[in-house]
Amino acid sequence: MEKLLQVNQLETQFTKDKEKLKILRGVSFHINKGEVLGLVGESGCGKSLTSLSIMKLFKGTSGEIAGGRIVFKGEDLTHRSEREMRKIRGKQMAMIFQEPMTSLNPVMKIGEQLLEPIRLHLDLNEKQAKEHVIYILKKVGIPRAEEIIYEFPHQLSGGMRQRIMIAMAMSCNPQLLIADEPTTALDVTIQAQILELMKQLQKEEGMSVLLITHDLGVVAEMCDRVAVMYAGRVVEEANVFDLFESPKHPYTKGLIGSVPKIGQRKDKLTSIKGNVPDPSNMPKGCKFAPRCNDAKAICFEEEPNATDLGNGRMCSCWMFEEGRENVYA
Amino acid sequence: MIPILFIVSILIFFFTHLIPGDPARLVAGKDATLEEVNIIRAELGLDKPIWDQYITYMSNLFQGDLGTSLKTGLPVSEMFADRFMPSIYLTFMSMGWALLLGLLIGTLSAVFKNKWPDYLGMVTAVSGISMPGFWLGLILIQIFSVQLGWFPTGGAESWKSYILPSLTLGAGIMSMLARFTRSSLLETLRADFIRTGRAKGLKESVVIPKHALRNSLIPVVTIAGLQFGFLLGGSVVVETVFSFPGMGRLLIDSIAFRDYPVIQAEMLLFSIEFILVNLIVDIMYSMLNPKIRYAS
Amino acid sequence: MEIIKEVNAYTPVIPKKKYSPVKEFFKNWKKQKTAFWASIFILLLIIIAIIGPYIAPYDPYEPDYNSTLQGPSKEHWAGTDEYGRDIFSRLLVGSRISLGVSFLAVFLGAAGGILLGLISGYFGGWLDRIIMRGSDVMFAFPDLLLAIAIVAILGPGLTNVVIAVSIFSIPSFARLVRGSTLEGKETVFVEAAKSMGASHRRIMFKHIFPETLGSLIVFITMRIGTAILAASSLSFLGLGASPETPDWGAMLSIGRDYLGTASHVVMMPGLAIFLTVLAFNLVGDGLRDVLDPKTKNE
Repeated sequence: MEKLLQVNQLETQFTKDKEKLKILRGVSFHINKGEVLGLVGESGCGKSLTSLSIMKLFKGTSGEIAGGRIVFKGEDLTHRSEREMRKIRGKQMAMIFQEPMTSLNPVMKIGEQLLEPIRLHLDLNEKQAKEHVIYILKKVGIPRAEEIIYEFPHQLSGGMRQRIMIAMAMSCNPQLLIADEPTTALDVTIQAQILELMKQLQKEEGMSVLLITHDLGVVAEMCDRVAVMYAGRVVEEANVFDLFESPKHPYTKGLIGSVPKIGQRKDKLTSIKGNVPDPSNMPKGCKFAPRCNDAKAICFEEEPNATDLGNGRMCSCWMFEEGRENVYA
Repeated sequence: MIPILFIVSILIFFFTHLIPGDPARLVAGKDATLEEVNIIRAELGLDKPIWDQYITYMSNLFQGDLGTSLKTGLPVSEMFADRFMPSIYLTFMSMGWALLLGLLIGTLSAVFKNKWPDYLGMVTAVSGISMPGFWLGLILIQIFSVQLGWFPTGGAESWKSYILPSLTLGAGIMSMLARFTRSSLLETLRADFIRTGRAKGLKESVVIPKHALRNSLIPVVTIAGLQFGFLLGGSVVVETVFSFPGMGRLLIDSIAFRDYPVIQAEMLLFSIEFILVNLIVDIMYSMLNPKIRYAS
Repeated sequence: MEIIKEVNAYTPVIPKKKYSPVKEFFKNWKKQKTAFWASIFILLLIIIAIIGPYIAPYDPYEPDYNSTLQGPSKEHWAGTDEYGRDIFSRLLVGSRISLGVSFLAVFLGAAGGILLGLISGYFGGWLDRIIMRGSDVMFAFPDLLLAIAIVAILGPGLTNVVIAVSIFSIPSFARLVRGSTLEGKETVFVEAAKSMGASHRRIMFKHIFPETLGSLIVFITMRIGTAILAASSLSFLGLGASPETPDWGAMLSIGRDYLGTASHVVMMPGLAIFLTVLAFNLVGDGLRDVLDPKTKNE
């Protein structure tokens, strides 16, 4: 399978009061053409920052890429200038965000906002561009599209606004769609509709999707493969069946164990003890060790590297590092 | 608004009558006999009870009669005639400067946050707020009129006479607007929809004016309106500095002479102007903000 | 912004040391470099206002017709005025008037405004309506115009300037305090105090008022700057201090006639007013950043 996006040992840092703070500490994963990759993890693990780093949307923050590589369609984006990135953003990769309420400009008409990327990236005249807006709105299931373009965001419901966001992202036929918790802020019934819409569009257009979520239900529903993030790193990468069937990393096990399953009565849901570590005060060794039930001496000393478990599975845990017999003997 | 205006008119009327000194004697002159003074008092209606005088005053007011100046003997409306418009021009020109420069400085400061344009802009702004208007006016006269001779030192003959006074009068509000625009814009720039704009591939030169500034403008316009009163008060000082033949200077001259019909009419006019501007601001606010525009 | 959330999500900060608000304040205050130096400047001014007459090199009232309108020199640091009086000495002595008038006016205005604001916000109802209507009416007159009107009624003079400036300060203080009182009234600890049967006066002054203190201190500082400007404007217009008093505004007013020939007569007192107001505004900005993080001005 052809890889559309490859993220390799990506490091992103912020500067505050002259002190540098690394939030992403070597994120690696890839997305194949036409697949949906789920990026999961607790809030604060760096999921959203990973998506912003791929687009290099750091304006207005002190964020910067400090190491690693981002390869998109065989081209290294890591050192692309802001100017070159602008040609990619909205055209080849597009993004939708968690908050449909605040992600649209409140004082601009819907049509105006949709026209912007189209006029910018596609070579269409005014009339064609407007027709394209209507077309794309109908495609995402917006009724009375001809009228909606003259309305303001506050006149629409949350679900409708998220459809508008999807329309905006899809308007220039991107190869990669990054969806950052696209349904978290919506009602459950609307969630299902939006997910359904995304799935359908993804199939029709054959594009790749990076779906960021903390909801394993959404992952099971939508994704082909999954990358699990913890404390600024991907700790496990697997296809969705393998992951749910036999999670390898203790953190993944914990995550899956904390979700109630229908038809299965448990006296107690397992939960992961403790808290996510503070990035300015990271523990030595494996960052999950303090919360891990199987942690051994070495886990507190050294951070494990990713081990290839075959069949496209990767896991960063001492259990699978070579020489684990020594550790767990 | 109407009840407030009503109360304001009562307050102004009663308080102007508290101004010490006997207007009748003032009109009659120093050498007038008591009898002469009494005749004048009756002529002016000052022998009647004060609420009676108020009713007369208000009914005259609604017929366009603002009273008669004690100093010049001319109808007040006639005295206002050639002073009103220059003052209005001056005020609006000042507001124009303030908005133009304030928005410009504020935007540059926000865009180049913590870089030299920001520091320069904010030093200018805090200085502008702290500068006494009369001092700034005198400095400008000293440099541009006395030394360079570019502008006249006073009067209101040509557009040139308006430049220095309006800059002086607008400086304070300009500074306030610059600071306010900066903080408002910085807040807007953190909004999610700004990130959406950037994710579309828009340039900063599109994101900032088209997306950010339009949203930031809403609170800025409100503040500008609220600060309008500052202009009216400041115009008294600035018109004095520049010997500008407007309403503000007339007020000071009238206070010196205790010409209370003029003071009264001026105060009323200033309050109406101020309240009117606030009303306009309310309307503009709803025009800029679609949420309010469509709710009604 | 997403990124900030991410960083914060990690940090469960638990203060381990004993919390001392005063120490904390001074620690933060020193970080506000500009405001810190501005506050030193104000401290110096206050000292000068107190000891000014004793350290002035010349008698500020004594004319010297042999040296009128001289520019700044070694003998006369700020030059002399039209009567040959030493401007520097007049400025030193005049600082007491400028600071005194503005401090007094703001504190009187603040006292009145705080009381009205507390009553208005705490009791609500018709008391609130009357007080707020009253302040609406006062707001219908622009600041300086209101002061001019009051001085016009009371007659010119410094005492009346104090009264005028304090009266026009009342409504804005009342509004500020009313707003935070309304907020404070809803907080849990006020509810708790009420349920324990604390008196209205006790709740107002012991529980709600201290909560508003931060924004109040900021506002008072800013307001002193405004008051100095207003008072000097009134003096400049001939409605304040009499011409022979070494009031900064009055000195400047007289100097106007010599603008072409001896501009220092105007520049020096103007500079004094400007620097003083600037210092108060800078301190106000700094205090806001330290005390009132809600309205932080970046």
